[in-house]
Amino acid sequence: MIGDALAQIGACGLFLLAVLAAIPKSLRHYRETLRQIWFVGAMSLVIIMTCGLFVGMVLGLQLYYVLSIFGGTAALGTVVALSLFRELGPVVTALLFAGRAGTSITAEIGLMRATDQLSAMEMMAVDPLAYVAAPRFIAGIIAMPLLACVFNALGILGAHLVGVTWLGLDNGTFWSNMTSSVDVWKDVVNGVWKSVAFGAVVSLIAVFQGYTTPPTSEGVAYATTRTVVFSSIVVLALDFVMTAFLM
Amino acid sequence: MTQRRSYQVGTGLFILLGFAALAYLATQTTSIANFSQGDSYVLKARFTNIGQLKLRAPVKVAGVRIGSVESIVLEPDKLDALVRVSVDKRYKDLPDDSSAAIFTSGLLGDQYVGIQPGGSPDMFKEGDEFVLTQSSMQLEDLIGKFMVNGAPPKPANAQPAPDAATVKPADAVPGDTPTPKH
Repeated sequence: MIGDALAQIGACGLFLLAVLAAIPKSLRHYRETLRQIWFVGAMSLVIIMTCGLFVGMVLGLQLYYVLSIFGGTAALGTVVALSLFRELGPVVTALLFAGRAGTSITAEIGLMRATDQLSAMEMMAVDPLAYVAAPRFIAGIIAMPLLACVFNALGILGAHLVGVTWLGLDNGTFWSNMTSSVDVWKDVVNGVWKSVAFGAVVSLIAVFQGYTTPPTSEGVAYATTRTVVFSSIVVLALDFVMTAFLM
Repeated sequence: MTQRRSYQVGTGLFILLGFAALAYLATQTTSIANFSQGDSYVLKARFTNIGQLKLRAPVKVAGVRIGSVESIVLEPDKLDALVRVSVDKRYKDLPDDSSAAIFTSGLLGDQYVGIQPGGSPDMFKEGDEFVLTQSSMQLEDLIGKFMVNGAPPKPANAQPAPDAATVKPADAVPGDTPTPKH
């Protein structure tokens, strides 16, 4: 059991090296990378924007209630911005990304494996690592931080909507407290680095699970499930480690 | 071909939107938004205690932001804090007997430098120093003073002792009025 898990982790690490080695060759297929950015990034925009707006609104509502106990509702903008930029933006976006894009990557590559398309590519002297795996991996790394930024921006607007428009907080207080306490490098850019790392981890797991799936319909189903489960666990664990180091 | 073009345009739009969101976050929600655009001039103020005052903290007159804290250094010979504030050139008509004080915005808010305009006909010039300053109010000091002066120990069998309400405010809150330096 433990041996199996170790073997999986080891295989995943070796797979990462193989994908990294295939990246120079995959630059010839930049159109495929572009198409994958469209597929995992632009197509995820709707769910990311909707969830960002609602997460921001909930944060505004909850924190307004908590802060009003201490008479500190003026700090609402600051608290919402810091919790979104530093934690919720990258983490929730990564979890949504695993569910929306990671699963479809695994299912697509898994079906390619089950229907022997990957073997066919090898027969045609097309390296499937460079043509299938690497473009999806790169697309995940590029798309995740952009999605997290969109999520954060919508979250701030959602909190503004609840705090200022509905609950009557002063508009100037909301923004000026936020702008005086949020730092570009320590807060915004830290969050971007986190989302780059999460994008790499989620797309690596998704591509690996699809690439190594047993070539049966049941195998594809399990692989898709494992993508979501493993991605979620690794993202949350990595979040703790990165927070401890980036603080 | 048209399908390929459409997803390329869509991908381009997505990347643009992502970077636009990043630019919005970086410029509108962080301290970069507070950098003043126009020319500014520098004034100096000495405080015995700056509390939690930070770099780039706002400088306000009548609650309106007119500049920001540029540097905070300890003066080695006098052992007090020298705070340099840069004030927007638009607000160059500050009387030179104005006083500077460190306030806290709200209960949990950040600290800022508040300027009380004076009545002098002469105005501050570049590099001038505030003569009247008032240090940051330390909550611990206030509580300490209150414990020592405000609530005298009751005799064991007396009527209700005079409590905090009867103490003169001047005793409870020393340093309420600006004190001249030098």
